[in-house]
Amino acid sequence: MDARITLRVDGRDRSLTVDTRTTLLDALRDHLSVTSPKKGCDHGQCGSCTVLLDGRRVVSCLTFAVAHDGADVTTAEGLVQEGEPHPVQRAFLEEDGFQCGFCTPGQICSAVGMLEEVKAGHPSRVTDDLTGPVTLDDEEIRERLSGNLCRCGAYVNIVAALREEADS
Amino acid sequence: MIPFEYLRAGDPAEAVAAVAGRPGAAFLGGGTNLVDHMKLGVARPDLLVDVSRLPLDRVEETGSGLRIGAAVRNSDLAAHPLVRERYPVLARALLSGASGQLRNAATTAGNLLQRTRCPYFQDVTTPCNKRDPGSGCSAIGGYTRYHAILGASEHCVAVHPSDMAVAMLALDAVVIVLGPAGERALPLADLHRLPGDTPQRDTVLEHGELITAVELPDLPFARRSAYRKVRDRVSYSFALVSVAACLDLDGGAVRDVRLALGGVAHKPWRAALAEEALLGATVTEEAFRRAAEAELAAARPLHGNEFKVPMVRNAIVATLRDLAEEGR
Amino acid sequence: MTAEETAEETAEETAQVSAQGRAVGTPSPRVDGRAKVTGSAAYAYDRPVDDPVYAHPLQATIARGRVIAIDTVAAAGVDGVLAVVTHRDAARLADTEDAELSVLQSDAVAFRGQFIGVVLGETPEIARYAAGLVRVEYEEEPHDTELRADRTDLYRPERVNEGFATDTDEGDVDAAMEAAAVTVDQIYTTPMEHNNPMEPHTTVAVWDPGGGFLGDARLSLFDSTQSVHAVRSTLARVFGLRPDQVRVMSPYVGGGFGSKGMPHAHNVLAVLGARAVPGRPVKLALTRHQMFSLAGHRTPTIQRVRLGADEGGRLTAVAHEAVEHTSRIKEYAEQTAAGTRMMYAAPNRRTAHRLAALDVPVPSWMRAPGEAPGFFGLEVAMDELAVACGLDPVELRVRNEPEVDPESGRPWSGRHLVRCLREGAVRFGWEGRPAVPGTRREGRELVGLGVASSTYPYYRIPGSRAVVAYDGRGRYTVRIGAADIGTGAWTVLTQIAADALGCPLGAVSVEIGDSDLPRATVAGGSSGTASWGSTIVAACRAFRHAYGEDPPRGAEAGGEMPRDPDAKRFSMHSFGAQFAEVRVDADTGEIRVPRMLGVFSVGRVINPRTARSQFIGGMTMGLSMALHERSVLDHRTGHVINHDFAEYHIATSADVMDVDAVWLDEEDVHAGPLGARGIGEIGIVGAPAAIANAVHNATGIRVRDLPITPDLLLH
Repeated sequence: MDARITLRVDGRDRSLTVDTRTTLLDALRDHLSVTSPKKGCDHGQCGSCTVLLDGRRVVSCLTFAVAHDGADVTTAEGLVQEGEPHPVQRAFLEEDGFQCGFCTPGQICSAVGMLEEVKAGHPSRVTDDLTGPVTLDDEEIRERLSGNLCRCGAYVNIVAALREEADS
Repeated sequence: MIPFEYLRAGDPAEAVAAVAGRPGAAFLGGGTNLVDHMKLGVARPDLLVDVSRLPLDRVEETGSGLRIGAAVRNSDLAAHPLVRERYPVLARALLSGASGQLRNAATTAGNLLQRTRCPYFQDVTTPCNKRDPGSGCSAIGGYTRYHAILGASEHCVAVHPSDMAVAMLALDAVVIVLGPAGERALPLADLHRLPGDTPQRDTVLEHGELITAVELPDLPFARRSAYRKVRDRVSYSFALVSVAACLDLDGGAVRDVRLALGGVAHKPWRAALAEEALLGATVTEEAFRRAAEAELAAARPLHGNEFKVPMVRNAIVATLRDLAEEGR
Repeated sequence: MTAEETAEETAEETAQVSAQGRAVGTPSPRVDGRAKVTGSAAYAYDRPVDDPVYAHPLQATIARGRVIAIDTVAAAGVDGVLAVVTHRDAARLADTEDAELSVLQSDAVAFRGQFIGVVLGETPEIARYAAGLVRVEYEEEPHDTELRADRTDLYRPERVNEGFATDTDEGDVDAAMEAAAVTVDQIYTTPMEHNNPMEPHTTVAVWDPGGGFLGDARLSLFDSTQSVHAVRSTLARVFGLRPDQVRVMSPYVGGGFGSKGMPHAHNVLAVLGARAVPGRPVKLALTRHQMFSLAGHRTPTIQRVRLGADEGGRLTAVAHEAVEHTSRIKEYAEQTAAGTRMMYAAPNRRTAHRLAALDVPVPSWMRAPGEAPGFFGLEVAMDELAVACGLDPVELRVRNEPEVDPESGRPWSGRHLVRCLREGAVRFGWEGRPAVPGTRREGRELVGLGVASSTYPYYRIPGSRAVVAYDGRGRYTVRIGAADIGTGAWTVLTQIAADALGCPLGAVSVEIGDSDLPRATVAGGSSGTASWGSTIVAACRAFRHAYGEDPPRGAEAGGEMPRDPDAKRFSMHSFGAQFAEVRVDADTGEIRVPRMLGVFSVGRVINPRTARSQFIGGMTMGLSMALHERSVLDHRTGHVINHDFAEYHIATSADVMDVDAVWLDEEDVHAGPLGARGIGEIGIVGAPAAIANAVHNATGIRVRDLPITPDLLLH
């Protein structure tokens, strides 16, 4: 069963017809050729498909595109503004926060969404004082990005990249 | 995945009518469990009724507690100031589940209704009484590391995977359910079932019944509460065992206590026997241990998960000890 | 130079250094970095193609037997299904000698999860749905997937991986053990593990049947592989084509760790699918679940390690005997004990490998095959020997340092293990290690430190060729069909070429990942930099020799990998010392690793930035191997039941705390023109043992079976 939907993807309105069974991830990749979100597991267990959906980080593989008519989707490609990489992307480059690069767009979208959550004062599992302000130390970064697996083992450098962001 | 129709419900009554009237219909919330299961062939709905945008996304004070809308996202619930202040056990349980991305999508009701992570249940090429009643239980005699030690049956040894539900159970939560015949309030303790000989039913809900809210009663001493989750991987993994506890002390004695366990049974497990043993007890590690052992006397571990008994015992003792120390 | 020092150098400084003709040794940012962080890097599935067809495989649900009926009528009738291909109608292959690649050629099922067909549909949803409608009947035969050391059908393979001898026996181990003052005799096990690169194995195949005036048939693939040329030559052979009829492109590869080192069955299945829909690109990406039966795995091992020593800890006997599994249809014999042959001085030494051929998927390479599991056994045994002798584990290793390779008698090209151990001990604060296990408690945590040695052979694989071309406007293009699977090879080869040409880094473009480029060997065995790099050096020298410093537009010259006369005269290996601190929760047994340090000796480091990432990446995978990874074979069904990322745990960022790597500032003058040995795999070797030894130091509990999980440390 098909449905006609419109998505705003990386700042552009895109209309498309999707099978109701098409996930948001597959709509982006197979229908719109927006391939920066990656399919690493297709079951919400790796984070490679992370995008910002209406500003919040989600895994795009566990949601149907048909349920998001009119939504705003930002992928790693959309974080580039006028040819300039996002500060988080620059920090990943600076700290070599990736190797094969496959999980990287998801890591970066996740990190950008995570920084917004911290800004909003959201606690994490490792936040000592649930009612106090959040300080984004290494332990917090590690916990908050634990939903993005990296098999190359770039975690140490990813944390370093976000430490820079946390400080700035 | 079979073809299905998609309907975005305008209000809860419409959603209930749409699902109740069609045997193959299912509610769609955050989708983090259902979409997964549809891909695996575990769930095969022919109509999805999207309830994620119903106006059930608020957390409100009721005068006697907190009312949490069914569509409130796990991350928003954990970050809610009243939850963090009054029910830290709930915030901690939510934050120890899944990942940031999944918590942004998963809803309160969906979290309660998520299905077991038993790998045999999720693998449609293996027999499973929960997925295919009467086909047999593959976990018995198989890989049991994440399976039940309490309340299981010869038909099913699966565990309920939620962290949030364990905390809510300790908090005496009440689930508000809308069905074709109207609304009813159901203690969370009565929502989930033990498997018995009908493991295909996780809960007592009837087809078409929609959870619209969860109510938490006032429980002042829940401000001193904790959630301890023991797992193989530090984060982004399901519990081997978990403990939700609220502790009220009167000097050196236990005035009141709430204790619930995760990862041990087909449902979030209220440790009533342990609570009973603790009431009035002097605060010592020995007393905590005796209480834990009282609860676990009925434990029947499987070959391969015997370790869960001492693990959950130690986790109970450690959680209570830490809470008691916090109060000093 | 240490990692911290080099990491501080900025990109601007790099450019300056390069301009002076010294790109090698500088921490150049990755040439593919921007494409990767912005998401524009196109992996195999991402390459735009016209009018794609989506393939969904059918897999056997028995572990051994035959398909006796396969009903595809309902599936074929689904609107949008283009074809359902099974053994009944698949194209016949020209070469079926490799049973793993003999896909859909008979009704036989050799392991659970094996391909028995493929559905081709206009959309992925249609293909997947239709695949679910196919009904299969089997004649099931009894299967056997359980590896045990007491099996009576264990056999001795002719050789083990990399061509090593299966067994070695020097002196009289049994007599030496009998006579030894101190002995260790234990069984160590490592589980079946899966490579699990983040990018699932993916092939997009287009079959152009040719014929008539169109000419020969052509097969084009976008593939995720560590070797485009291996895929090309193998598929050409299997399908009876000339290699020049096949083109394989793979510019970006989302990790491989050995599992993409050779073509697997999905490559063949995709081409069989493509032949059913000529002219249309067929997209086949394995699901994560499917990767657990179709993309190789690390064999489980059962290792008996025996050490005999005098009171001073000087080894008199070393024996390492490994039992492994392989698939009944194809032998892969891992060299689990091979690294033990050269590691420590002992007059009496024995190693052996025995296999059980089981109804399991075909095992294959996984990062540091042989050394990674083998050094869990050997290096934990060494720790046990240190305890038995009352010696510091660092000192024990120092005392057993061989002057020459004990196996070959050759001198070392550069063995600096003792320096690594000493340097690491100082940096890590080893002197603060609790002398008595289980005695340091901080709050509710038991704290311990552990050490282990690492090694990995210097492999240089002949057969590569590179071509250098000049565009007349200051730009050089270097072409070689190499692969960058995340190693940094693309960047490192650019640096090497810039220096070899004596030009700025920015004046060189390296083209890789296409079988139309000059042939290159596999990105495996930590051999890429040495093999391809020396080939590029040869090509650049040939170019300058032919054209001098002022080449004309269109100038072009090629070179082959130079011969390596020292390889036969010296024993050449990388070495390292790995240190770990663990903290074990006294209540729950949960294990944290707050600190890991590796000190490595690898010859010259071409790029400190990407090298450090390789080291800490390997160590991180070692941590994951130590604490998390285990593929659970359910012997009743013969399949891996924890076949996804929720159940097969790999380390998350929360598990990985302070992991650091440094290296000795050196050059191996015997290691080809670059003086560099490999670095991609050594990081995983020894890391699990260092952690296991730290767990023992923290708790007094000796874990000899991986992974080390909380239940094993419960009190």
